[in-house]
Amino acid sequence: MLFRRLRDSIPLLPFFAVVAIFLIVPTVTVLIGAVYDEGGFSLARVQALFTETALSALSKSVLLSGSTALLGAIFGALLAWLIVTRPPESLVRRTVLSLCSVLAQFGGVALAFAFLATIGLNGVLTLWVQEYLGANLAGSGWLYGLPGLILVYTYFQIPLMVIVFLPALEGLREQWREAAISLGASTWQYWREVAVPLLTPAFLGSALLLFANAFAAYATAAALVSQGSPIVPLLIRSALTSEVVLGQSGFAYALALEMIVVVAVVMVAYNLLVRRTARWLR
Amino acid sequence: MRTLGRAALWVVFGLFFLFPLYAMADFSTRNLIQGGRTGAAWANLFTDEALYQAIITSLLLSLLTVVAMLVVLVPTMIWVRLRTPWARGLVEFLCLLPLTIPALVIVVGLKNVYLWVTYLLGESALTLTFVYVVLVLPFAYRALDAALSAIDLQTLAEAARSLGAGWTTTIVRVVVPNIASGVLSAAFISVAVVLGEYTIASLSGFETLQVQIVLIGKSDGPTSVAASLAVLLFGFVLLLVLSLLSRRRRRT
Repeated sequence: MLFRRLRDSIPLLPFFAVVAIFLIVPTVTVLIGAVYDEGGFSLARVQALFTETALSALSKSVLLSGSTALLGAIFGALLAWLIVTRPPESLVRRTVLSLCSVLAQFGGVALAFAFLATIGLNGVLTLWVQEYLGANLAGSGWLYGLPGLILVYTYFQIPLMVIVFLPALEGLREQWREAAISLGASTWQYWREVAVPLLTPAFLGSALLLFANAFAAYATAAALVSQGSPIVPLLIRSALTSEVVLGQSGFAYALALEMIVVVAVVMVAYNLLVRRTARWLR
Repeated sequence: MRTLGRAALWVVFGLFFLFPLYAMADFSTRNLIQGGRTGAAWANLFTDEALYQAIITSLLLSLLTVVAMLVVLVPTMIWVRLRTPWARGLVEFLCLLPLTIPALVIVVGLKNVYLWVTYLLGESALTLTFVYVVLVLPFAYRALDAALSAIDLQTLAEAARSLGAGWTTTIVRVVVPNIASGVLSAAFISVAVVLGEYTIASLSGFETLQVQIVLIGKSDGPTSVAASLAVLLFGFVLLLVLSLLSRRRRRT
């Protein structure tokens, strides 16, 4: 029995090998590297997370992820509602969804350049505003700091919200609205007492997913901010490329551990909320 | 009144999302020195040696990743459904794990693994294929899983086997043609992921398309913007075609 089981699992080996070597080993390396120093267990690297540089990066990362998750969730839900009012087979809906999917998941570096071309020093909108209103839109280089990151992140968070929230909106059945209306509810009452309570777990879950997504995003920020390390992913970059930040090699491991912990906590909460939605969503 | 509000919202969203894309097209065709229009930035995609090489590298990488992903994932997913159902949950968990472990974390822990990879296979950007297979797992898994759930795999496999087909023949000539739509969508999404990937390539020091775009951006903005727009449009067309293909299939 056991022998057969083993023999049967041989075809699974290539898959497990690839996942083990290129996903599990790097993750375990990070976990161990964060608490291992000079031949033994040590909390020195984790302690480095509580220095001023690291804490300030963390708080800015949380601010960035939190604000863009909130903006993305609100406007994304609104856009998803607009999309859901179109018939599912319509070309408009397919085009918008494909565009959302590209911007949300595969944009990365390109989105940074999109905004450099729009409101950078020689950006199209910057030049227009300069010509017609006389104001300097790109003044003080705000695009390369936290405010700029918030704007560009919102640009990919809204489409991501559309993609993850749309299934829940589609799951609201027309019969529920009809039932509510036939029992004498107004449209406003239907939304307040039926739709919104049903959608709340899905909405909060999606917002959490957006938070994790922004917290772990690297490419857009790296392309936009070439100097300084205001947020955690960029601090990891400078730790990786210089190796002597704060006089500690291996600082990158500790920061990566921090990132794993934050993302894992958020994703567990997300899964709990999704399970709640799954009860009525089919 | 209601329709008007809705139309206004569409316009606002449309402006917010399409204006930056329009700005990219405008910016990349602007002649900064003499004014007017020029296609120089777009021509650079082919004439700039480093950029052209990076484009070729990225296209090769996406091709290799798709092939490797299909070779590893398709037989595994079929096998867990037919012979080792106890491993199904584990395979699903592992496939979706890269959603929880950011690429940035993987690249931090990757140094030792890549010392071995470059020792065994030589130093080439194409060795990124292995990590990229892991990176596309969640997207590919969902596409293939949906296709496999839509067919009666058990019956198909038993029929093929009872007619004397071996496992390879069963998978390649019987099952795969039946999940072609899933295979196609897994492949398309993987191509889009690989072409857009920057994190792992840049921090491991390989010169892929995205890395080159950022590098060029420091001296030649319009060329970077042109290349970025090209990648975005390519990804958009890929996903739109996929979406239209799936519609046609559902109708027949």
